[in-house]
Amino acid sequence: MKFRVFLGFIAPSMFLMLVFIAFPLVSVFIQSFYTTTTVYENVEVETCTPGFGTTTCVTETVAQPLKDQNGDLVTETSFVGLESYKNILRLEEAFTDFSWSSLMAIDFWKALRFTLVFTLVTLPLAIGLGLLIALAVNNFTQRLRGQIIFISLLPFIITPVIGALSIRWLFIGDGILTAFLEWWLEMDIAMFAQAWTIELMMMFYRVWHVAPFAFVVFYAGLQTVNNDTLESAVIDGANRFERLRYVIIPHLMPLIVFISLIHLMDSYRVFEEIVGFSSQSYVISLQWLTYEFLTLDESGTRSIERASANSMMTMIGIVIILIPLLQKTWRDHKARIL
Amino acid sequence: MRKFVAAAFAALMLVPGSLWAACAYDNQTEIKSFSAGFQAWKSVTDAMGECGNFQAVLDQEFDQKHVEAFSANPSLYHIGGVANSSLVPLLNNDLIRPLDDLVAKYGGHLSDAQLIRKDGQVVAIAMMVNAKHLMYRQDIFEELGIAEPQTYDDVLAAAETLKQAGVVEYPMGATWKAGSNIGLSFIDYFLGEGGTFINDDNTPNINNEIGMAVLERMGTLKEYMDPEILVSDSTYVQQQFQQGKIAMANLWATRAGAMDNPDESTVVGKVAMASAAKGAVRPSSTLWWDGIVIAANISDEEAEAAFQVAMEGMDTEMVQANNNDAIWLIEGYTPGRFSAGASATAANGALPYPASVPMGILFNVLGSGLPAFITGEKDAATTLADIETEYLVTAREEGLIQ
Repeated sequence: MKFRVFLGFIAPSMFLMLVFIAFPLVSVFIQSFYTTTTVYENVEVETCTPGFGTTTCVTETVAQPLKDQNGDLVTETSFVGLESYKNILRLEEAFTDFSWSSLMAIDFWKALRFTLVFTLVTLPLAIGLGLLIALAVNNFTQRLRGQIIFISLLPFIITPVIGALSIRWLFIGDGILTAFLEWWLEMDIAMFAQAWTIELMMMFYRVWHVAPFAFVVFYAGLQTVNNDTLESAVIDGANRFERLRYVIIPHLMPLIVFISLIHLMDSYRVFEEIVGFSSQSYVISLQWLTYEFLTLDESGTRSIERASANSMMTMIGIVIILIPLLQKTWRDHKARIL
Repeated sequence: MRKFVAAAFAALMLVPGSLWAACAYDNQTEIKSFSAGFQAWKSVTDAMGECGNFQAVLDQEFDQKHVEAFSANPSLYHIGGVANSSLVPLLNNDLIRPLDDLVAKYGGHLSDAQLIRKDGQVVAIAMMVNAKHLMYRQDIFEELGIAEPQTYDDVLAAAETLKQAGVVEYPMGATWKAGSNIGLSFIDYFLGEGGTFINDDNTPNINNEIGMAVLERMGTLKEYMDPEILVSDSTYVQQQFQQGKIAMANLWATRAGAMDNPDESTVVGKVAMASAAKGAVRPSSTLWWDGIVIAANISDEEAEAAFQVAMEGMDTEMVQANNNDAIWLIEGYTPGRFSAGASATAANGALPYPASVPMGILFNVLGSGLPAFITGEKDAATTLADIETEYLVTAREEGLIQ
């Protein structure tokens, strides 16, 4: 393809990527070094609350924002360097006594711990389960394949938050599955009273939700496995497992890498599970932390500074976690060229 | 207002104004209102709808959206349904208009208690008050010979007796869901012990003996509660009462009516309404009001129409039809069994929620910082110190502290 033609094809996509991805990223990056404060003054005010036949009045000194002649709030924007990052990472406190509990007391590290565990545990499970379903369907009679594929895809079609909520309802309080477990194990179970059961449910949910995607991709890949190679493997006396290990998996390797990339990027941004399982008192993720910084409080303030800094930290985290896979892809790519 | 948030997600309801039934004022201007979504607001906006050309949006995530909605020019809504806390950002940003002229013209019937003033100007019209107060199972308490708890020592003693007797699954319920629920519960307890939250220089005043005492008591109370207490909001507690799983809890007065709803409740007539138990100084509760404001960024004609529609929604007729939905401030309300607890709480000297910008920040960091103590992840001293740090960082970003 001529370079000009190539350019013509990718230009629209490059343009959109610049507008919707690159520019916002740069703006968030810049924002994370600045802080905008409102100027406040302390004023004595009398607040009266209507009561039950009486009115309760309290006089107190309250901070109120200063306004200019036009009635607009007076604000000051200043460069603060890495201040917002420091406020999130809280390095001095985190590493004073090198104890796990003092590290976990800080939101960022607590969120990072869960995000990493969640990402790394669900990765092999999602890929394994996807591969298992793909192999099973591939060996199934032709007649029923369509139906089986449709059913296996259902979890992937369900809106993430709805899926998480429905699993939550099964287990919360005396939900039917908790009630069943209590009856079966003859003990009192509260699935939402400690962190590890919630984490377990969240991972179970994520694997259940994404395995169909891995399955579809692997199933497509299985259709292209070279039958001659498989047959010669059979003649050489390879059993079912050996054929899987030495023929099928190497053939599917590029797809495994592809799914791992997607999965790592997706699950590093874990968020729906926190909302769906309302797990924030026990377990939070990095993405949730950004959301929390952006949430307005009762008085209408939010922390754009720390939200930006936290988004940048999340970005950096994703890049770091993708490096090994990208390296492998790059090496394979170079090997192919040579 | 957040306190009524029942589900994690916004319950959006659109109520088209279709009936012109009982409205004295024939409305010709397109009027929209935006408010929280609990039953009292539904009744009021339904009544407003009778005037025609009216659309109401009821949304439990109201206080996440109202500042943006009223900042638009022209404002997205004409009428806003606010509470003590959500009024603050609207006032600070000059998003609502003074109502003195409109009150003089169309609000002759309003009682003085309904007029919310700031710097002498009427800024909001209150329609109802609300407070958390003690509800308990009278039948069980009488059977076990427990007197109505007056103080938190009584509450703890009662909880212990209930636990020993084993008549209910958990002696106590509480609105301790992570976030605003548990944050407000702490504020209730802290006020009950006589604390003040913010110093004159806008620094927090919670990391002290009173804060420690409150946390210590929360730690003790926890032992008598459902282990899943950190997902327990008002609806959860209400259902636990209705299903006979708990025997006492501090719960919103607006939830009292549900105890006697025969369709949902198995304990009709058995739940007594009492004053919130006292801490060292006053009842551990806060007083709230809900009412309407009129947007600043609309034309004077629209404001006039909006005010008239709002007055129609808040009239005696509406109150008489929906007497038990709330403790109405509007003429025609008959106080009954369901308002007794909140009235007693106010009579015993509970304070209004001390709404301000620093308080809003503290409310928020309390809500996200306290669960770590309840789960046992942090001890009381660390929890308070971390909440204090978190407050200081946010307050500095906001410009409250240099």
